[in-house]
This record gives sequence, structure tokens and C-alpha cells, in this order.
Amino acid sequence: MTAALLLLGLLGGWEAYTRLSGIDEFVLPAPTAIASALYDDRALLWSNFTVTAGEIGFGMLVAIVLGLAFATAIHFSEGLRRALYPLLVGSQTIPIVLIAPLLVAWWGFGLTPKLAIVALVCFFPIVVPTLDALDRVDDDLRKLMRTFGASRWQTFRMIEAPAALPGVLTGAKLSVAIAAIAATFAELAGSEAGLGNLMLKAIPQFETARAFAAVLILSAFSVALFALLALAERRLLPWARQPRGTAP
Amino acid sequence: MLTRTRAPEVAPAEVDTGLGAARLRDVDKTFAARRRGADPVTAVRGLSLTAGPGEIVAVVGPSGCGKTTLLELVCGLIAPDAGTVDAAPAALMAQRDLLLPWRTAVDNAALALSVAGVERGAARARAAALLRDFGLGGFERARPAELSGGMRQRVAFARTLLSGRTVLCLDEPFAALDALTRQEMQDWLAGALLAQPRTVVLVTHDVEEAIVLADRVLVMSPRPGRVVATLDVAVERPRRRTDPALVALRERALRELRA
Repeated sequence: MTAALLLLGLLGGWEAYTRLSGIDEFVLPAPTAIASALYDDRALLWSNFTVTAGEIGFGMLVAIVLGLAFATAIHFSEGLRRALYPLLVGSQTIPIVLIAPLLVAWWGFGLTPKLAIVALVCFFPIVVPTLDALDRVDDDLRKLMRTFGASRWQTFRMIEAPAALPGVLTGAKLSVAIAAIAATFAELAGSEAGLGNLMLKAIPQFETARAFAAVLILSAFSVALFALLALAERRLLPWARQPRGTAP
Repeated sequence: MLTRTRAPEVAPAEVDTGLGAARLRDVDKTFAARRRGADPVTAVRGLSLTAGPGEIVAVVGPSGCGKTTLLELVCGLIAPDAGTVDAAPAALMAQRDLLLPWRTAVDNAALALSVAGVERGAARARAAALLRDFGLGGFERARPAELSGGMRQRVAFARTLLSGRTVLCLDEPFAALDALTRQEMQDWLAGALLAQPRTVVLVTHDVEEAIVLADRVLVMSPRPGRVVATLDVAVERPRRRTDPALVALRERALRELRA
């Protein structure tokens, strides 16, 4: 409620400023101008949105699948952990600014380099909480399972994997916001469509309001995706939110 | 030498005719230092213990006297450095209930059955029947967070029983409960074991708990742990805490502990 009021106040101030100062619309468009761009260019925005949404969605999917495989492998093998964990941390220091044009040069203007960039950025925030959750599983539970004659795999399937799910969801939520940035960036490095591509073209065409509209859509999408994940967490993992539940 | 008397007319639903035994003979166990530079820790030295089929043996001792090590040896979770461990497959029940927060009470109780590959419906039916016996009817679908501490311990005990192991290793099973609930649970456990006899090695801080539940109480020394006194509790069940014989035994056990 207060957030809505604050937002309303900000928008009002912004609108008033653009009208009173006589600032050029391509330098700073008024909220009403952005709103009309949102409506007038809806077909254009929508067709570009589907491209970017696909990049974000599939990129995150790739990151989740690879991240879970990576976390599981590291969890099972101390040798792999020692060998790969430093590489994982190192991968985060690769400047995307440098590598994005390179990936475009390798794989062209299509979906592949975008998936790679989104996945590269989202991989780390998914692996770390997942691995933490796996590591936090109570050793006494593993002992209990051994007295029941459980195999290593059964212990993983019945104890460790479910215990790691909240970590996976936390990782996915962390990834959502940066996935949108990564996708936009990947498009700036070379693309034929997408909201990032649209922004890049809109500025030299003095269509600043359209670029702002694209940003607005992208943020709304990120927020929606985040809310969806939060809802999934509440629905699928109600036990993870209960403070009195025994920590596994 | 079974001092425990069982009412012959009690016909338990799930009697295992072949109850296992657990026997430790002159066992040594030393753990490597956790930190570099620290000394290795000898948890137990020259430890001997026998729990015959259907016998309830309680082990009391000061903190850190290797009681948990003893149970892990019986369960085969660790191997002795010296001496012999000869025990039927044993199930471990810890002080913390270790219930899985995402499983319902019935599915938690059925955990060992799912490990054994029992079909889910059949596993649930068996677990639900046992939970009802344990006064948890109506709570089958509840998750651990919705249950009280005593109820959770009962679910954990059902899970231990359903493992099918005839030797149960109980590691301070009620230490996490408040005093009143603890007494209730001790009486409840005594009844449950009367109905479904098992070979039990019970490790506890609580001398009264040991005397109320066990056929035999072993007193352990501080680390490195070994048995310094054995008390036979030849008192018929059901027992009353105020029974003079039990009170006298409790005093004796406390004296041995302080010695």
C-alpha cells in the first residue's frame, strides 16, 4: 500500500518535471508518453517480448538442469568438489561484456549465444544454495538410513534431494532478476529481435519512450516470474516455511 | 539370564520369534583428532556388553563417556579398533526425532519400508496401523511440524520398529522432551515394548529412565568408557516409579556414577 503510494508520487513528480522543464521527449519521456508507447507499439513490443522471454525461460532451464547436475556431482565426489568448485567461482569472474560478442561470433545471431549467456550468469546462484542445502543435511539422518540398509542412491533420493529443493528454489529466485539483464545484454551484443534489440534500435531513432516501455515490460516479466516461483515454493514446499519443522 | 517377566496372555500383533542379540567384547575405539595438533580421542576401551534376545539393557554414564560410540558399534556404523562386535542388524533411534519435515507422519513411519522397496499402499497401511496403536490415530496425515515433541518421538519409534530390526539402539530418546512428557513417554515405551518385545540397548543420562525401563543397567566410566557396574533390575512389569526396590536401585546407580 505504501509502496503503491510512493510509486504514484514518484510518477507524478516525474510527469510534472517533464512538463514543466520542457525537456526533450527523447531525453526523458514522461510516464504518459511511455504509457502511450506501450499501447501504440503493443504488437512490436509483444513480438520482441516473446523472443526475450524465450531466452530467459530456456536459459534459466539450461542453468537449472546443468546447475543441479553439477551440484549433485560435487556433492557425491569430494575429488570433483576440489577440482570443480574453484572453476565455478572462477566462471563468475568471466566478464560477460567480453565474452558476449565472442559467443555471437561463434554461434551467430540466433538463440544459442543468448542461452549460453543467460545460463552462464544464472548457473552460479543456482549451484551455491543447492549445494549448501545438500551439505546441511544432518549426518545423523544418513546414519539412520544406513541402519535401514539404504543405498547411497536411496539416501540421496529420499533425504538429500527433497532437503535440497528449497535451496534450488532460492537459487531460481535469485536467478530471475539477473536473467533478464543477461538476456538484454546478450541481445545488445548481436541479435535480430528481442526487447534488448528493440531498445538498442529505439534510442538512435529518438523513440526513447519505446525503449522505456520495453524496460517496463521486462521488469514486469521478471517480477511475475519471481512471484510465480515464490508461489510454487509456498504450494510445493509448505514444510520449508515452518519454523518448528525439524531441520533435516 | 532373563530377569524380565512377561505376562503370558499378552499376544503381541507382530512378535518376531527370532529376536536378535547384541554382544560387544573388549572393544576399543579411538577417533582421529578432529583438528590438526589435537590428540586422538579414545571413546571406549575394554568395553563389554551383552544384550540377550528380548532383553532391555540400559547404559548410563557421564557426558562424553562413549555412549553414542557404543550404539554406533552395535549398529555397525563404525568398526572397532580391537575386540569383537557381534550383533543382529540393529536400528538406531536418536535423541532428536529426525523426522523428515516434508513427509507426513505415516510416510515418516514408513521410511524404512520404502527403503526396503515395500509398495507404497502396503507400507502406509502398516505404518498407519502402528500409529493408531501408538495413540496417533487421526494424525496420520499431519506433518512433523504439526505434532508435539512426544508425538514426534512416537512417530520416530514407529519408524524404528517398522525397520524390522529386532535390535533397537535408543540414544537418549526422550532427552529433548520436557520432564512431564518424558515420564509419560517412558511409561508408554515400557508398554510398547511389553506388547512388541525387542532386544534394546538404551543409552541415557537419566538414571530413573534406565531403572524404569531396563532389565539390566550398566554404569559406564568417564572417557575412555567401559562398564564399571552392572545392576540387575528384577522388578516385574508394569513398574511404578515409587516402588521401593526401584528407588533403592536408583540410589545405588547414582552412587556408582559418582564413584
